[in-house]
Amino acid sequence: MKIRRKSKEQALEELTIESGENAIANKEVEGLTQWQIIRRRFFKHKAAVASLIFLTFIIVFVFSAVDANFGPIKTKGWWKWSPDDLPDLRFGDCPNDTIGCPTISIVPKFLGGAGIGLGEHPFGQDDIGRDYFSLVMKGTQRSIQVMFIIGFFAAIIGTVVGAVAGYYRGIVDNVLMRFTDFIITIPAVIVGSVIGAKFGNLGAIILAVYLGLFAWTGLSRLVRGEFLTLREREFVDAARVAGASTRRIIFKHILPNAVGVIIVSVTLLLSGAILLETALSYLGFGVVPPDVSLGLLINQYQDAFTTRPFLFWYPGFFIVSIALSINFIGDGLRDAFDPRQKRKITKKEKQNARAIARNQA
Amino acid sequence: MLAFIARRIGVLFLILFGSSFILYNLAAIAGDPIGDLRFSDDPEIQAQIRELEEFLRLDVPPPLRYFIWLRGVLGIFTGNLDLGLTRLRLPVSGEIATAMPITIRLVIFATIFAIFVGIALGIVTALRQYSRFDYSMTFFAFLLFSLPIFWVAVLLKQYLAIQFNTFLSDPQITTSWKIGIGLVGSIFWASLLGSKRGNFWKVFGIVFVATFAFLTFVDEANWLTDPALGPVLIGLLAVGIAFGITYLSTGFGNKAALYASLTMAPLTVISYFLVSNSLNSSSSIPQLLRYALITIVVAVAVALGFARIDRGPVVRTTIITALLSGHLIIVDKFMQTWKPYMEEGSVSFRPIPTLGQAKELLTPNEFWISTLDILVHLFLPTIALTLISFAGYIRYSRGTLLEVLNQDYIRTARAKGLNERTVIMRHAFRNTLIPLTTIMVVDFAGIVGGAIITERVFGWYGMGTLFNRAITSQDLNLLMGVFFITATLAVMANLIADLLYSALDPRIRVGSGK
Repeated sequence: MKIRRKSKEQALEELTIESGENAIANKEVEGLTQWQIIRRRFFKHKAAVASLIFLTFIIVFVFSAVDANFGPIKTKGWWKWSPDDLPDLRFGDCPNDTIGCPTISIVPKFLGGAGIGLGEHPFGQDDIGRDYFSLVMKGTQRSIQVMFIIGFFAAIIGTVVGAVAGYYRGIVDNVLMRFTDFIITIPAVIVGSVIGAKFGNLGAIILAVYLGLFAWTGLSRLVRGEFLTLREREFVDAARVAGASTRRIIFKHILPNAVGVIIVSVTLLLSGAILLETALSYLGFGVVPPDVSLGLLINQYQDAFTTRPFLFWYPGFFIVSIALSINFIGDGLRDAFDPRQKRKITKKEKQNARAIARNQA
Repeated sequence: MLAFIARRIGVLFLILFGSSFILYNLAAIAGDPIGDLRFSDDPEIQAQIRELEEFLRLDVPPPLRYFIWLRGVLGIFTGNLDLGLTRLRLPVSGEIATAMPITIRLVIFATIFAIFVGIALGIVTALRQYSRFDYSMTFFAFLLFSLPIFWVAVLLKQYLAIQFNTFLSDPQITTSWKIGIGLVGSIFWASLLGSKRGNFWKVFGIVFVATFAFLTFVDEANWLTDPALGPVLIGLLAVGIAFGITYLSTGFGNKAALYASLTMAPLTVISYFLVSNSLNSSSSIPQLLRYALITIVVAVAVALGFARIDRGPVVRTTIITALLSGHLIIVDKFMQTWKPYMEEGSVSFRPIPTLGQAKELLTPNEFWISTLDILVHLFLPTIALTLISFAGYIRYSRGTLLEVLNQDYIRTARAKGLNERTVIMRHAFRNTLIPLTTIMVVDFAGIVGGAIITERVFGWYGMGTLFNRAITSQDLNLLMGVFFITATLAVMANLIADLLYSALDPRIRVGSGK
């Protein structure tokens, strides 16, 4: 850490520059609606935008690959194998005498590789010859479904509980918050395991719903805090004087102002949810065979790591990249929704600000 | 205040009662304790089922059976806590008593590392907001947030244990490795310490040369197979510690603190020779604690000798310096134990284990070897847990410090001419610690119950394994016992965090309003 001594003059100068910078920031948002400002700020966060594009691509890619079902229309998907097929197990042409090695190649021919292409089994095959690419696609579908269902239920329950507690305060608040404390004391993995041990075999969807019923606690606390401050604001009084019903005040007047907090924490909840699902499946309490999920795949093939590491790398890659891109999207949303957020001021703008400050003085 | 605590404890009991009731019923409904007996073709099976049903009180419906369990738990007030028997007819409290210390051993180092490294990195990223270092740490933190621990664990086992052990059988650090490690290290430290471009390359060069020289030394002196610090290195390191701690704690302007800390360096070397004989196979933890106490006493005496006025900061600085440099002697002793440990039969030159919590040793009573064995077994789990949990501390301490730095009192401190070190360390850092303390307390309680996956992956027999067993073998009493302990810890930690918060931050008055 390098120590800089700041003189009084420097500190004062910074103050004036800061007011100049504020002027720049204010000028930028003149004449824009709230949502336009937020959208602009979000699109300035390059990592978040890249993550959003990447995540959308992954979701479309994964859900169209195998068992692509759109409501009643059931198709096979664009990939030639499905998780239930049993093609011949490849061996012989694999390095180190392993079986079912991946055929994906990303080194182009002019660099001495086998050319860019997927081949017969891009991610290899498992012990009995099932195409691992289709298994990973199926597992990713499951994990993403579970993640969104958990997020959906947690978002709705958390928002409603937090909104009601924060708006009504007093005894309603006390009862609801103590109930939230009940749920918080039970660790997520414990609930998941107990639920998973019983309902895991009912299918991943039911499991996800049950997990969602326990995942809303953090969100409800945040929403409650937000409502406690918002309900004292003048626009709420104005709405009440104008004769708006309680329901209308909560959902039309206060909720839109709290939506930033909700969206941000729901995104972070989503990345937690995919990790929770994979962890439970890894422990054997989540999605159970014959269904496939990413955690389950890692659990089944972790011992094969030394000989066939690809069975381990590919599901892990999908878990990490999905969770990572959601985290970045959440970060971008937080920056976009937080009005106090200062973005990076470029050197040129700093000079302008200095000039403004000098002119003012 | 007292009324507030009493009320909170009352609510706490209600919460524990409610959540244990929910969990008990949930687990009782979800599980079928005699399920595996039903399909048995043993002729005696009916009698077995009947006996089991009687033992588990299955004739009582779950909501009522809960109160039988609760009566045993409430015995805590009369001094005989009864958590019931497991399905193997063993008392649950006994099982927990053996599992609890193991879990604490597993998580304590990881938590401490995560807190220290996380806060340090968080503060540096906040001070260098929007720098390249800040962006890369943000990416790193998000990456760690997104890693499933079981996945990290398998990678660690492969690359840090199996391949490192193979490397240790013939440790030759090649020049390309030296250059590679040197580059990585120097880029890290240069972006951490160098704020301006010229400074960046200066730090880069120094760190690169230092790393290269260090690795060459490690290679030449066979440090990987037979390491030792020796009195000279201990002395040099102690001088370095003295400068570093004084700089962070009081600044070099405080001559008394600097001289007192520097005095600790020769004292450390002298005590190295004094204690080297008494650190033998019959050493023990109390003995080491006694030494630490003596170190503190000596440090206080020296500090009081140097400082005439404003003694507090000098004493504090000297104590921290003395403990850190004194701990070098212990490190040296462990390094000397490395070679005999590698030669142990069950270790046989593959020291980093991938599974388990301790090995069968030839010399089980040798304090240093058995302690080193425990530490070596902690190596991988600690790294995995630290990696997973310290990203949160980076992000949180960064955010808090940025918020604090925007406060008016920081502006006041700068405007009245305090130097930047004092502003950061004394005004900003201390206020950053207030919300962080509360998080630490809650985190620590949560991690005791949350190490389930880590224990499973690394084959430890702690609370997580107990819990796992309770679920798979449908052992309701065991499950409730584990839950009772972890939930009590969690709610107690929340209460302590609230009280700490109000103790640390006078603006927050406990008991008002809520």
